[in-house]
Amino acid sequence: MKPTDIKNPEYFHKVVDCQYACPAHTNVPEYIRLIAEQKYSEAYMINWDSNVFPGVLGRTCDRPCEPACRRGRVEKEPVAICRLKRVAADNKGDVMKYMPKGPFKSNGKKIALVGAGPASLTVARDLAPLGYEIHLFDEQKKGGGFMLSQIPSFRLPETVLDEEVNYITGLGIHTFYNTYIKSLKKLLADGYDAIFVGSGAPHGRDLPDLKGRKEGAANIHIGINWLKGVAFEHIKKIGKKVIVLGGGNTAMDCCRTSRRLGGESVKVLVRSPFAEMKASPWEKEDAMHEDIPILDNHVPTSFVVENGKLKGMTFEKVKAVYDDKGKRSLVPTGEPEAFYEADDVLIAIGQENSFPWIERNIGIDFDKWGMPAVDNITYGSSNPKVFFGGDAAFGPKNIITAVAQGHQAAISMHLFCSGMDIKNDRPAPMVNLHSMKMGIHEWGYDNQVTNDLRYVVPQNDKKVTLKDRKKEVELGFDLPTGFKEAERCLNCDVETVFTENRCIECDACVDVCPTACITFTQNGEEDDLRSRLKAPALNKTQDLYVSDILPTKRVMVKDEDVCLHCGLCAERCPTSAWDMQQFFYNVTKAPGICKEEMAVN
Amino acid sequence: MSYYRPAFRHPNLPANELGYTVEHYEGGLSTLCAGCGHDSITAAIVQACFEDNIEPSKVAKISGIGCSSKTPAYFLNSAHGFNSVHGRMPSVATGANLANRDLIYIGISGDGDTASIGMGQFVHCIRRNLNMVYIVMNNGCYGLTKGQDSATADQGSKSKAGSVNMFHAIDLASLAIELGATFVAQSFSGDKAQLVPLVKAAIKHNGFAFINVISPCVTFNNNVGSTKSYDYVRQHVEATSTIDFVPPAATITANYEQGSTKQLKMHDGTVIALHKLEQDWDPFDKLSAMTAMHKATIKGELLTGLLYMEEESSDLHSLLQTSTRPLNALSEAELCPGSKILEEINAGLR
Repeated sequence: MKPTDIKNPEYFHKVVDCQYACPAHTNVPEYIRLIAEQKYSEAYMINWDSNVFPGVLGRTCDRPCEPACRRGRVEKEPVAICRLKRVAADNKGDVMKYMPKGPFKSNGKKIALVGAGPASLTVARDLAPLGYEIHLFDEQKKGGGFMLSQIPSFRLPETVLDEEVNYITGLGIHTFYNTYIKSLKKLLADGYDAIFVGSGAPHGRDLPDLKGRKEGAANIHIGINWLKGVAFEHIKKIGKKVIVLGGGNTAMDCCRTSRRLGGESVKVLVRSPFAEMKASPWEKEDAMHEDIPILDNHVPTSFVVENGKLKGMTFEKVKAVYDDKGKRSLVPTGEPEAFYEADDVLIAIGQENSFPWIERNIGIDFDKWGMPAVDNITYGSSNPKVFFGGDAAFGPKNIITAVAQGHQAAISMHLFCSGMDIKNDRPAPMVNLHSMKMGIHEWGYDNQVTNDLRYVVPQNDKKVTLKDRKKEVELGFDLPTGFKEAERCLNCDVETVFTENRCIECDACVDVCPTACITFTQNGEEDDLRSRLKAPALNKTQDLYVSDILPTKRVMVKDEDVCLHCGLCAERCPTSAWDMQQFFYNVTKAPGICKEEMAVN
Repeated sequence: MSYYRPAFRHPNLPANELGYTVEHYEGGLSTLCAGCGHDSITAAIVQACFEDNIEPSKVAKISGIGCSSKTPAYFLNSAHGFNSVHGRMPSVATGANLANRDLIYIGISGDGDTASIGMGQFVHCIRRNLNMVYIVMNNGCYGLTKGQDSATADQGSKSKAGSVNMFHAIDLASLAIELGATFVAQSFSGDKAQLVPLVKAAIKHNGFAFINVISPCVTFNNNVGSTKSYDYVRQHVEATSTIDFVPPAATITANYEQGSTKQLKMHDGTVIALHKLEQDWDPFDKLSAMTAMHKATIKGELLTGLLYMEEESSDLHSLLQTSTRPLNALSEAELCPGSKILEEINAGLR
């Protein structure tokens, strides 16, 4: 193999598994270390810079970081990254003093943001300090988008959301709430320099052709609309027997909300097998904890309505069959149809984009599914003034993805408004690498690896939470537990950096490494090398760090897979050929471009 | 701050025939200097015992005093151990071995412990062909007392402080062959590919197996001008042979341009294949081995590999015709057969 190019920031970035997996590339190890140091405000600000909504995400994030966490490959469970974020948010001090403060000097440009969800709010936060006049439109009575209308209060208290929305609107954003934009053409005519569409995926899917759908309509609800009705207190109760259709997180929110609104016998029925449901495992657990059975492999066949009143639903039982390519089909088992009683049915089988308000003759191309043509790097559309982000760009995903897209769209909008090329003038990430060595056995980070298993986040008693839909279920880690959980982090951002010309090939690093990561051997092709290491490197998603040829004609090969970043290799290295260096990687955001420009000037 | 090793190990570590991973063969975390050659030798012993499916509790590790003699604490935690008096490791090993012949004895010593204070013990242990592995971790200096030249420092070798050694070095491997050792090998701590098979072969050898391992002292003897530094040894090392362990049924297919391959059957039935790399040297002929070593000394080279071996070796137990069972496995009646037997023995000596 060729020597690894550690000058390419993406190499070490990939080693920081959590940060790499996070769509917004939040510097996870850094904020976890700050939590361990009781610097909650600083930890919050690391998050705020990257993901904008630490308090919200610390409760609701889909956590792509956690399945990626190295700890999960070394022992059973990853670090509770998401809930540590909440520790920072719950215990922070005055963070306003770290945030940009207006009024900002105007740059004479005016932009419009359609929808006040996470994507638009991110754009607003990034562009406000640059002097843009920002107009934020939303049909709801305040900002937050689906975070407000769709995530129930027992998972996300409204005060937490309001606080973080207000940090942004407080930057001098002109908010136009209770305002539904009916025409993009008209908005374009209003003289905005650029427009961002962050209107989400507001259309809940229905089962319009299922038998009995029309007759039972009074008691059949679209999940996201129903949740919104609950959030805005138009809906206050539901029948005793409730069926929720669907296997995603919205279905979980629907069933748990039903339990709080009078549903005594609430069931979730889903087509797919339990293990393949889209809902996050922890959300399924929380639903089952609230005595909600999840019945999988049930395909709805009809709504049963008698005398104009919904009685229940029938289902066909299926099983999942996989072909050679692993493609799944649901095949009927041949058992008789199952009937389940229901006073109300909530349909939570997915949501879709809907752009009735965008004219098709204003230079924005749409595909045959009614989705706009959006560039996945610039988030620009075929109309140079119009940008998309969040669920509106590529369909429903999650908050953290919307935030990441918002950052990128903000960069494009700033480049566009400054007359630069939105593709070629994009800024490089900000990176830094510095040694953590402080003494022979001392490092600038806590390198002792604890053996603690993942701590469970305590929950409020369900006798209390099921009575009050606004009572938050999770209590969050207390500080001593939060500290212990933070100590489980392996500090993957403190990288093992190897300098060939210092190595005397004494083998000390090979001998001391607890997880057999390092081998000195003859070079070869990657597959061959992987099979010849001290422990076979079977996880191909993890890179091999290969040195140049050493004096004995061998190369140093390090399998990054289960490196504990304990620093023993560097501690046992007599010549400092190994060093532990903290790698700092931060996606440059729109205000950062301006700093670069100022630095040049 | 870490004199501490994390508890996690690689999840895919292979297991040996006993079902143990290499973790089972570890010891405590070394407190020797970073980069010490001794730690590599320790690691080679760990690897050899793991690969050879040796039950750690069937091993006794015995040492004297010095940096080298600390290392038994760093391998095979569940083995028996005795850290004895300076230079007296052979005596303790002899006593232990005579009492319990069922254990594998690994003696660890250094150049000070063997070539100075323990020289008398060393030579007599060789004479008796005690069934043990005797490893000298040879760094040519007294590391524990700040690096004074030891008796194995080469003449002309320069110390870190700049003084040049004026005395001849004691060549432990030549001495061992001269005194009749039945297995003599030499290696370098920085070459595990050679050292691990040598340790395995030494364990299998029925008799006194001596391995002199050049092990650079990174703190006091790794400077320019030293003949025991990593760089110097790498430049002057001359491997005489390589050793493979082969299952009895397998055929040897590797081709070596020079030399030849000889299969050796060890007393437990294992076959090792010795690939000779030198033409004019026969490791089963004492005269040839001695000549090769003297030639190397004149050329300033360090010969490594299995230098000499006596295939039909009789260890001390067979010479003395001792009990085939360890003393702790004998009954009281067997150990103290009574005054009648004593009188018979006494009568036989009159």
